[in-house]
Amino acid sequence: MGQLQNFTKGFVKDNPVFVLLLGLCPALGVTTSAFNGLGMGLATTFVLVSSNIVVSLIKNLIPAKVRIPSYIVVIASFVTITDLVMEAYMPALFESLGLFIPLIVVNCLVMGRAEAFASKNNTWSAIVDGFGMGLGFSFALTMLGGLREILGAGEIFGWSLFAGDGMLVFVLAPGAFIGLGYLVALNNIVKERLERR
Amino acid sequence: MEYIIIIIGAVFVNNIVLAQFLGICPYLGVSAKVSTSIGMSGAVMFVMTLATLVTFLIFNYILVPFNIEYLQTISYILVVASLVQMVEIILKKVSPALYQALGIFLPLIVTNCAILGVTILAVREDFGFNLLEGVVFAIGNALGFALTIILFAGIREHLELVDVPKGMRGAPAALVVAGILALAFMGFANLV
Repeated sequence: MGQLQNFTKGFVKDNPVFVLLLGLCPALGVTTSAFNGLGMGLATTFVLVSSNIVVSLIKNLIPAKVRIPSYIVVIASFVTITDLVMEAYMPALFESLGLFIPLIVVNCLVMGRAEAFASKNNTWSAIVDGFGMGLGFSFALTMLGGLREILGAGEIFGWSLFAGDGMLVFVLAPGAFIGLGYLVALNNIVKERLERR
Repeated sequence: MEYIIIIIGAVFVNNIVLAQFLGICPYLGVSAKVSTSIGMSGAVMFVMTLATLVTFLIFNYILVPFNIEYLQTISYILVVASLVQMVEIILKKVSPALYQALGIFLPLIVTNCAILGVTILAVREDFGFNLLEGVVFAIGNALGFALTIILFAGIREHLELVDVPKGMRGAPAALVVAGILALAFMGFANLV
């Protein structure tokens, strides 16, 4: 598999949210606006790339039996770094993402890439994979956040699109599930079209 | 009385799955049958209560006195992971029947963000829980998880028989159903 394919697989074909259904908790929890979705996606991308780098570098040093706990510690350290940096430099975003920043530790996506990809490949491939998957995750979160923001508040990235109130339900909890359900269905259709070609 | 309010608040008003979006992976992953979802709820209740008890003590008697609260994430995830391992080993020895019922769900729980989320929430300053209230809060959240996942599994068993459009089959239909459930739970808002 070429590096380009390795990078782009995260967007449609193996999109972590729409296809693999990984990391759904932050995907549903923080996407009340496109900006929050993008912020969460980039924070996860940072953790994903960093932990992929470290895991692929130390993969030969760790005994197989304790590899999962070791990966967890590596991931948790990067999450703590993200947590502290965001609290210091992006207090508003930190406030709105709240609990979901420490919860990046248990995002199955990060652990899944460490175990399934970084522990078996060289560092360069692991970096590309981390960026591809992380940006695919950010793409999905921004899409869902944008959809909810447009329908729920009539805005995108804070720019007003139409006057009046939107459908409030899309900003509230039910809109997250319903919006994601239709985006997954849309992705299924696009994926099928691409494969048929 | 205040314990009852904590439980009602956790089960209905701030439901952990439908309002706070924690534990979505097992919620979608092991909800295809009612029987497996009951097993999963049992395992979650067990681990969530124990984990909250242990992490509450660690936070207040180790992290706070030494001023190292920033190690919360790392220490909590290690506690949860080792606790799950320990529970698995003890159950295997003491109660093979219970191990049979919960065994396969236990390893899945390590990456269940509901557990880590509740342990972090239980020590939040704005709640100001003491130890007993924290544990009651954990039990309430576990009950809320059990209620929603069992309800959802019941609906999904029937959804199997329905003719759903091709693109919506599987996960998309389940997500829309979860959305409708969340809509129903919004009726409990401002209850306490």
